[in-house]
Amino acid sequence: MGRTITIDPITRLEGHGRIEIFLDDAGGVSDCYFQIPELRGFERFVVGRAIEEVPRIVTRICGVCPASHHLAGSKAVDACFGGALAPAAVKLREAYYCAHFLHSHIAHFYALAAPDFICGPDAEPGERNILGVVARVGLEIGRQVIEARATAQEIQAVLGGRKRNVCWCVPGGVSKGLTEEERAGLRPLAVSLLEFARFSRRLFKDAVLGQSRWVEAILRGPYALAIGHMGLVDADGAVAHYDGTVRIVDCEGSEIARFAPADYARILAEHVEPWTYLKFPYLRARGWRGFVEGTDSPIYGAGPLARLNVAERMATPEAEEARQELFATLGARPSGAMLAHHWARLVEMLYAAERLVALVDDPELTSPEFRVLPDRITGEGVGIVEAMRGTLIHHYTCDEQGICTGANLIVGTTHNNAPIQMVTKKVATQLIRPGVEPDAALLDRIEMAFRAFDPCYSCATHALPGAMPLVARLHQGGRVVREIRRDA
Amino acid sequence: MNGDKLKVALYWGAACGGCDMAVLDTHEYVLELAAEADLVFWPIAVDGKYADLEALPDGALDATFFSGAVRNAENEDVAHLLRRKSRLLVALGSCAAFGGIPGLANAATREEILERVYLDNPSIEEGNRTVPRTHVPVNGTELELPSFYPRVWRLSDVVGVDYVVPGCPPTPEQVREALAALVSNTLPAPGSVLGAGDKALCEECRRRKDEKHVARFVRPWEIVPDPEICLLEQGLPCAGPATRGGCGARCPDINQACRGCYGPPPGVLDQGATLVGAWASMIEAKTAEEAEAAFAGLPDVLGIAHRFTLPASLLQRSCR
Repeated sequence: MGRTITIDPITRLEGHGRIEIFLDDAGGVSDCYFQIPELRGFERFVVGRAIEEVPRIVTRICGVCPASHHLAGSKAVDACFGGALAPAAVKLREAYYCAHFLHSHIAHFYALAAPDFICGPDAEPGERNILGVVARVGLEIGRQVIEARATAQEIQAVLGGRKRNVCWCVPGGVSKGLTEEERAGLRPLAVSLLEFARFSRRLFKDAVLGQSRWVEAILRGPYALAIGHMGLVDADGAVAHYDGTVRIVDCEGSEIARFAPADYARILAEHVEPWTYLKFPYLRARGWRGFVEGTDSPIYGAGPLARLNVAERMATPEAEEARQELFATLGARPSGAMLAHHWARLVEMLYAAERLVALVDDPELTSPEFRVLPDRITGEGVGIVEAMRGTLIHHYTCDEQGICTGANLIVGTTHNNAPIQMVTKKVATQLIRPGVEPDAALLDRIEMAFRAFDPCYSCATHALPGAMPLVARLHQGGRVVREIRRDA
Repeated sequence: MNGDKLKVALYWGAACGGCDMAVLDTHEYVLELAAEADLVFWPIAVDGKYADLEALPDGALDATFFSGAVRNAENEDVAHLLRRKSRLLVALGSCAAFGGIPGLANAATREEILERVYLDNPSIEEGNRTVPRTHVPVNGTELELPSFYPRVWRLSDVVGVDYVVPGCPPTPEQVREALAALVSNTLPAPGSVLGAGDKALCEECRRRKDEKHVARFVRPWEIVPDPEICLLEQGLPCAGPATRGGCGARCPDINQACRGCYGPPPGVLDQGATLVGAWASMIEAKTAEEAEAAFAGLPDVLGIAHRFTLPASLLQRSCR
């Protein structure tokens, strides 16, 4: 009988994620399971609620990205009422979402990704955290990060009334418009975020792209997957965060599907495994065939890199320049180099900031026509936005009284469930070989692999790198023969 | 000196992480707190393992802030462990305090939830009959998942709770206030609510209020409300009269009725039942037909009146 290694990230991840690695008799990896032990069941308990209330409930799916759920849910509800929407509301919602993206991407890049990039993957775990980053780049930058994150939150509060658990959207629009005075206050805030996004791009160039070992790790490490990519694009084929059509390409860039939100269930399907509460989405037409790579793979991923992979361009000039720079280094589009998610996040930061500045200057933003009253209930709607971590799908149905009769949700991290399983196994297979006892480096590398996806079910999302406690227990013949522990 | 510092833990059960975000949103206070207290266990930011907690003597922690409801066996196990290790246990946020939004699941059965999520929805694999199980044989051993309970419990249903910080999420200022009271040893008597106000939300709502007579309730998409006048007087079901204040009335400020996220004010046992009574008293109906017509704009009383408190209500769950 082979051995089992349980990588049990004790704290948040123990509650919400656990990795079991099985070794064959020779000591090589035979199998790998990343388990998600949590379920809350929103799809069922929104049934019976008034349909217009659902966007005020689904914000509690995630305290990190409540606005993504509020907006996807509101778009689905708009469609349940026939789709009438005040044009100004579309722009107000998008402006809010730009600020939400900036807030989240700033937090992720500086607190979570930068420690790997700036301090380097080989730095001591105790140094690979936000304090280590500040030590390298200077305290002033640490101050700017906190300020930029607070600015992005402030913009959300001015537009939507609450920083967290927003309740601003109503069928046909938003519950509150924007005054000229408020707009005047927003402009300098938006401009300062654009400045910060530019600064972040320069920092990345200087600190990361100057280091050949990093470029090597991105391009040739065990972190690459040959799978499909999914994301929203606008009519010109540019990356879209708030609205667009969904495009999926295979690992070589050939288009597999391009569809309107309402068609999602025709293209996508979800596979269930008995050992995890999280489902595995795949391309329905190709059928579930397990965790396989290749041009004919039914597996795809989502998130920042996937969005850049499916798009022809960025819609704003500086982000487009940054996008070209990224693919020039990665060598080709699409790229399966999962660590490049972090870099893609910076390109998107520039896009969100440029777009926000443009929207703040849009004359229609202060229109008093920020909502229309719907005149009919049509009973079904699918709302899709790009959440920070990937394409977010909310699908609702309601009866003629507007009572919710059904809901189906596929969230960003769920799309990445299979890719995370695959990249974890890849890293484990490379590091655990016959005759080589795995050490703490294994835990670091596995953590780095799944952190690229910024998965939202685990503390991997929010723990400081190097601070996430990981324990690997080696089992043989039913007992623990060794414990590897990485103490932060 | 380390021995003199307070030992504090933060944990989340069935929750969204919003309460932890509220702690992080105290910004520089987190650093001040770290100077006054050892955060020995905080899954999102600080190292700590169940095994380390197990190894501590009982009562070794000065306080644990527990956010999230109790949805599965693991949530309950950790609640018992932290209770044993902590001198004070604080329910942080409305999920821990009242069951919160995850508690709306008590309107459905466990089987209905599993069926909807894994067997019967538009994107599920054709013909799927697999539902996750607590014990799955794999490669000669077993993979385990925590058991998904038949209903949601609030924290005080499974362990004793000393203080409650309500809100979904509590404002960062209130989280800071609660933490500061602990650090400065100025906590009120056990059983108290920390941070939030002690009056109904209406007291701090900036809208103009007059006699509350409602001809009929309306759905939020039926009217564009006057921005100055009480939303309830305009027919929008608002939870303000039976909701604890302290949030700053941010939802009514943007023309959205309160949904009760701070739970009941002092003296109110069942927020939802009290709200239904308050709403009914505003209706001027002379016949049963008139009353029914007036309530047509309030088609899901459970989902509005008990939005955040179903597991804490006298009802606790829907009975069928």
